[in-house]
Amino acid sequence: MTMKSSTRQVDGVTIVDLSGRITLGEGSIVLRDTVRDLLSKGQKKILLNLGDVNYIDSSGIGELVSAFTTAKNQGGELKLLNLTKKVHDLLQITKLYTVFDVKDDEASAIKAFDK
Amino acid sequence: MSSNRVSLTLDSTLETVNNAEETAGRMAAEAGFDDEEIMKISMAVREAAVNAVLHGNAYDPNKKVMLAFERNDKDLVIVIRDQGKGLDAGKIPDPLAPENLLKTSGRGIFLIRSFMDVVEIHPSKTGTELKMIKHVRGNADSKEAPQ
Repeated sequence: MTMKSSTRQVDGVTIVDLSGRITLGEGSIVLRDTVRDLLSKGQKKILLNLGDVNYIDSSGIGELVSAFTTAKNQGGELKLLNLTKKVHDLLQITKLYTVFDVKDDEASAIKAFDK
Repeated sequence: MSSNRVSLTLDSTLETVNNAEETAGRMAAEAGFDDEEIMKISMAVREAAVNAVLHGNAYDPNKKVMLAFERNDKDLVIVIRDQGKGLDAGKIPDPLAPENLLKTSGRGIFLIRSFMDVVEIHPSKTGTELKMIKHVRGNADSKEAPQ
């Protein structure tokens, strides 16, 4: 039920590898704290790798939106990488797929950040 | 849990949300739904349970969440009831409206409506009852008379 998060740096972009469930409670809190921590340290190019996120609920969707707008409001950029079908479908039906910048290849995602 | 009816009375906690979701997944599997439909049903129930625990009962330890499943040949019927002030469904903003797209909440009922075939919201002063129905498909196909 838990979500795990780890970060790595590639060419000035912080990649956050997430796994598990982003749901009300722990999963959402882990995501929120991770993104806020990165922004507070000045790491404002954030790529959320959701390849191992197998489940997300409306609270998790809300947390993704919050991460996206928080990064943007602080002059940063947040993109999504490797959506699973479930997460992809959820972002489609909530019309958020076109709001987020969604990538399916890590190298091209990193190149897509403003230099 | 193989009976056609299951009723649970649950505390207003996050554990209830997970419990409701897991029970829904089991009931949907037993009713013969495929993996994608099971995911949709269990997610709808999860969202309904979140509404009941957070917005209905507001985590009040004195208030309970009642959850009932009933399945027959045609339908899986799920009813979830809280003891809150009663949800005003007319005041739920459209989460797909451009001005609401970047809101961080307000998508639960929308997802429930997206995933279930019938959704009825019955608010009252003593709580909200949410009834969700998913039609069982494919039975007729799989039970065709031999030629």
